[in-house]
Amino acid sequence: MEKQMPRPEEYQKMVEKASPGSKSYKTIPLAFLTGGAICTAGEGLRQLYLMAGLSVDWASAMVSVTLIAASALLTGLGVYDNIAKVGGAGTLVPITGFANAVVSPALEFKVEGMILGTGSKLFIIAGPVIAYGLAASWVYGFIFWLLNR
Amino acid sequence: MAKLCGRSTYLLERPPVIRAFAAVGGQKEKEGPLGDRFDFLSEDNLFNADSWEKAESKMQRLALKTAMNKGGVKKGDLNVLFAGDLLNQCTGSSYGLREFMAPFLGLYGACSTMCESLLMASVFVDSGLAHLAGAVTSSHFCSAERQYRYPLEYGSIRPPTSQWTATAAGAVLVAEEGPYPRVEIRRACAGIIEDPGIKDANNMGAAMAPAAACVLRRYFQESATAPKDYDRIFTGDLGEVGSKLLLELLARDHIDLSAVHDDCGLLLYDRERQDVHAGGSGCGCSASVLCCHILPEMLAGRYKDVILAATGALLSPTMVQQGDTIPGISHLIHLHFAEKEGD
Repeated sequence: MEKQMPRPEEYQKMVEKASPGSKSYKTIPLAFLTGGAICTAGEGLRQLYLMAGLSVDWASAMVSVTLIAASALLTGLGVYDNIAKVGGAGTLVPITGFANAVVSPALEFKVEGMILGTGSKLFIIAGPVIAYGLAASWVYGFIFWLLNR
Repeated sequence: MAKLCGRSTYLLERPPVIRAFAAVGGQKEKEGPLGDRFDFLSEDNLFNADSWEKAESKMQRLALKTAMNKGGVKKGDLNVLFAGDLLNQCTGSSYGLREFMAPFLGLYGACSTMCESLLMASVFVDSGLAHLAGAVTSSHFCSAERQYRYPLEYGSIRPPTSQWTATAAGAVLVAEEGPYPRVEIRRACAGIIEDPGIKDANNMGAAMAPAAACVLRRYFQESATAPKDYDRIFTGDLGEVGSKLLLELLARDHIDLSAVHDDCGLLLYDRERQDVHAGGSGCGCSASVLCCHILPEMLAGRYKDVILAATGALLSPTMVQQGDTIPGISHLIHLHFAEKEGD
């Protein structure tokens, strides 16, 4: 007679045993180094902009702009995802990851046209970050307003 | 006429013959261990088309065209075509095969589609509803990624249990008769949907292993055969994780597959070198391994009796987002190498 399948909890245990975990001894240091390298590059840029005579506010803004431009360029050249394969969360968390999340669907869906493709799919990954980021800023703004009345 | 044994094992009494077959692959498949056995390989994963979906359609077209050329078959000879792929509306099949002007029955069985289409083709031929039937499937890494996961250039990370969708297509022509030596389809078994409660779309091997275990277990029982009666038993694309689980599940029923088991997902790529994590997957995975490894090996006389149990994760991205689990399915065919009449 056919034996019953293992119960779901039992099978889940078998699956966990059979599934290899991420090699965190490798992935965490690599994420740290990659993310750290991006941040160091950002700080390097800031110093350069300051040396070039920009104000502190302007220098910070220009760092963001430069990193976004570089990330968009690397995404377009098909390099960014290869860096991300090694860097993991190190490339995801900084502002470069956000740029990659916007540029990659723009490229992917351009075959469906500028409106129904690129235009409508531009924020399929970054959309939630923008929506909830804005929502959080309203809450923050409200608290700020309450405290400063 | 096919005879029903047990619940859904079909004994093909006038065994249909595999007349011709062909496999098409992309760059990564070329670099894999079976790279030199494909009929057609393209270094350009777009296959000169301007979108991934068009590329996949072209792969199916190429696979069928090549198989027809190899078998000396003309367009009008095909009585019926069974085909499917992973894309919504089975785009690869219906757009790819429209120019053949052949009676077309589209199928969806996720990555199990090769066995599903072969099962249908064999039953049609055996029962006299077709003299010649075609079974075609494909998958394309890039079209699958954009439908099921993320844009290609998005820097997402794949967990070690994930599998790599093959950019490959396979076409098999099944006929009533054919010259010896030949490969015949002796039995087939339609699988039942098994849902082991897996929610992780990155662990499809785990979602499919119970379906493979069930169809194999039931097939052995209904056909009154055992693993020792076969030279090789191939599963579709269970990969590293699913294969381990399959052997464990069957061992509970005292069925030992370890000596004869191979998985197409583990044969198509070199897992370490090619960074495919748990192995290959996709309709094109079992289809191309069938056409560039299993069938040629059988015709060379190295295997006499072979089981192919292609496995599919009937996953819907919508349902996964809604928190539902991933149902699995596996269909099985038994191939037999006949060197001469009565063999």
